[in-house]
Amino acid sequence: MREWADFTVQEAGGRATVVLQGPLLVSTIGLLDRKLREHTDPVQHVDLSGAGEIDTIGAWTVWRFADEHNARITGASEQAGKLIATVRESASTAPYEPERLPLAERVLAGRGEAVIRFGRNVVNFVGFLGATLIALGAIVRHPRRFPYRALVRQFELVGVSALPIIGLMSFLIGIVIAQQGAAQLRQFGAEIYTINLTGRLALRELGVLMTAIMVAGRSGSAFAAQLGTMKLTEEIDAMRTIGVSPIEALVVPRILANVLMMPLLGFFSAVIAIIGGAVIADLTLGIPFLTFLARIKEVVPLYDVWVGLIKAPVFGLIVALAGCYQGMQVKGDSEQVGLRTTMAVVQGIFMVIVLDAFFAVFFTEIGWA
Amino acid sequence: MSADDDELREEVLDEARSDVVEAFDGRYPIEIAGLKNTFGDQVVHEDLSLKVERGEILGVVGGSGTGKSVLMRSIIGLQIPDAGEIRVFGKNTIGAEPDEESAVRSRWGVLFQGGALFSTLTVAENVEVPLKQFYPELDPQLRHEIARYKVIMTGLPEEAAAKYPSELSGGMRKRAGLARALALDPELLFLDEPTAGLDPIGAAAFDELTRNLQNTLGLTVFLITHDLDTLYAICDRVAVLADGQVIAVGTIPELLKLDHPWIQEYFNGPRSRAAQVSLARGAGKAMDKSGGGKA
Repeated sequence: MREWADFTVQEAGGRATVVLQGPLLVSTIGLLDRKLREHTDPVQHVDLSGAGEIDTIGAWTVWRFADEHNARITGASEQAGKLIATVRESASTAPYEPERLPLAERVLAGRGEAVIRFGRNVVNFVGFLGATLIALGAIVRHPRRFPYRALVRQFELVGVSALPIIGLMSFLIGIVIAQQGAAQLRQFGAEIYTINLTGRLALRELGVLMTAIMVAGRSGSAFAAQLGTMKLTEEIDAMRTIGVSPIEALVVPRILANVLMMPLLGFFSAVIAIIGGAVIADLTLGIPFLTFLARIKEVVPLYDVWVGLIKAPVFGLIVALAGCYQGMQVKGDSEQVGLRTTMAVVQGIFMVIVLDAFFAVFFTEIGWA
Repeated sequence: MSADDDELREEVLDEARSDVVEAFDGRYPIEIAGLKNTFGDQVVHEDLSLKVERGEILGVVGGSGTGKSVLMRSIIGLQIPDAGEIRVFGKNTIGAEPDEESAVRSRWGVLFQGGALFSTLTVAENVEVPLKQFYPELDPQLRHEIARYKVIMTGLPEEAAAKYPSELSGGMRKRAGLARALALDPELLFLDEPTAGLDPIGAAAFDELTRNLQNTLGLTVFLITHDLDTLYAICDRVAVLADGQVIAVGTIPELLKLDHPWIQEYFNGPRSRAAQVSLARGAGKAMDKSGGGKA
C-alpha cells in the first residue's frame, strides 16, 4: 500500500500556514503536487516539521509552491534545507520543448521545405550519378584500382543468393498469369493463347520488373543501410583521409554488381515464370508441358527477349544508385539510417516503374510490339 | 472542495502503480557472491564476490577485457550469469518476478558509456521517460519542471533541455545521460566510464559533479573507470578486477600495501604518479583559498 503526502491549512491571526504531512518522495508526491497546484488562496508559511523523508522532487514541489505564493518555508530538517537549496539553484524558466510554429505556418513551411528538398534531391542524384561515372572513368584509366574482390562479393550477395527467392516468386507469378489468363481467354475459346500471354509477358515485362522490385527490396535497402551505418561510424571519412575514394571502393562495385546481375536475374526470372505457366497448363488446361515450351519458341518474337535484356541493366543501375545515394546522405543519428533505407527502396521502385512505362512506349514506337 | 479532493485522489490512484518499495536501510545495497560469467569457452568471471557499502563511491578498475562492464551488466540484469547470486537492495535479482524487478529498477540509475540517450526525444523528454514509466500519476507540468531542474543540476545550460541529443557534444550527452539516470532520485547510481572521452577540465568537472550529487542526495555510486584522476579524487574505495575475480577492495593506500604485480604497476605507473601530484596540487590550492578566506 502506498502512503501519499498530503497537507492541511491552518489559519492563525490572519496568516495561513500550509502544513505538509507524510514522506515527500517521487513515489508519494503525485497527489500533493496536484492539490497544491489547485490551491490558489494566499499562503504565508509552509511548514515542513510534520513531513517525513524528502528527495529532490519533494524539495522542488515545496520550493515551487512557496516561491509561487511568496511563502516562507519553516520547520525544514537539515536534509530538506540542503535539497531545497540545491533545487533552488537549478530553477529556471527556460522552455523545455523545442519551439514550434503555429499549425498553419508549420504546414506551409513543411510543404515548402519538401519542394526544396525534392529539387535538391534531383540535382544531387544526378550529381551522384556523375561522381560515379567519374570514378568509373578513373578506374578505367587505372585498372589496378579495380575493386575485384568487392565486386565478386557483391555478385554473390546481389545475384547468387537472390536466386531462390526470385525463382520462387517467378514460378508463382507464372502460375497466376497462366491460370488467370486461361480463365479469360476460355470465354473466346482462345485458351491456346495462354502460351503467348505467359511467354511474352514474362520475357518482356514481368520477369525484369518483378526482379527489379525484389532487388530494390533486397539489395537497394542493404546498400543504403550499409553505407549509412558506415557514414555514422565515420568509416567513410576515415577512407577519405587515407586517400581511398569511397565512391570507387564502395559505390562502384555495388552499382556494377547490380548492372551486371540484373539481366541474368531478369532472364532467370522469366524462364522460371514460363516453367510455372507450363506446369499449371499441364495440370489444368491439358496442354502438355513440353508442347507448351515448344510453342513458346514459335510465338515469342526474339525482340521480346531483347526488350527484357535491355531494360534490366538500366533498372539495376537505378536501384543501386538510389540505394547508394540515400546511404551516403545519412548524417546525424540512427533514425536517419532507417529513414534513408526506406527512401532508397521507395525511390528505386518508383523510378523503375516510371522508366518501364517510357520503355513500353519507346519499344512499341520502334516497331517491337 | 472536498468533493474535488476525492475526485483528484481517485484519478491519481487510478493511474498510479499499486506498490512501491521502501528505501533501503541495510548496509550493502549490492552483494555479489560466487558470480560466474562465460561467453562460449571464455570465462570472464569465476567465483566473483563483492559487497558495495551504502553511501560510498566504489571505483571498479581492471585491465581491458577483465569484465568490468560485464559485471555492471550482470548487476543491472542485462546479462544473465551462469552461476552465483546477486542481491540488490537485499533482493535476489536473478530470476526475480517482473514486478519485483521493476520495483528495483525504479531505485537505480544507469549512465552508459555514450550516454545512450533516446535519439528521437529531446533531452527533457529523455529525463521524463523514467518518470512517466514508474510514476504515471505525476502531473505533466511537474514532470516538465523536474526534467528542467535535473538538466540544470547536472551542469547543462538551461536551453539544452529543449535540444535533441544529436545537437549536443559528447560531454553534454554524458551529462544529459546522468540527468536521466538521476530522474527518479535513485539510491544507487551506476556510471560506466563517465569521464572517458572528456577533456581534462570536463572530466574534473564531472568528477566534482558526481561527488556533489553523492553528498547531497546520499547516493551509492558504482563507478567503472580507467581514469586515475577520478579514482584519486572521488572514490572512497576501489575494487580491482583481475583473473575473473575481485582480487582486492579498499582505499588506495590500502591497495598500495598489497603485493600484487598488476596493482603495483597500476598505481605506481607514471600516470598514477602524475594523478597523485595533480591531486596534491589541487588540495593545496583549495587549502590556500580557504585559508585566505578566513584571514
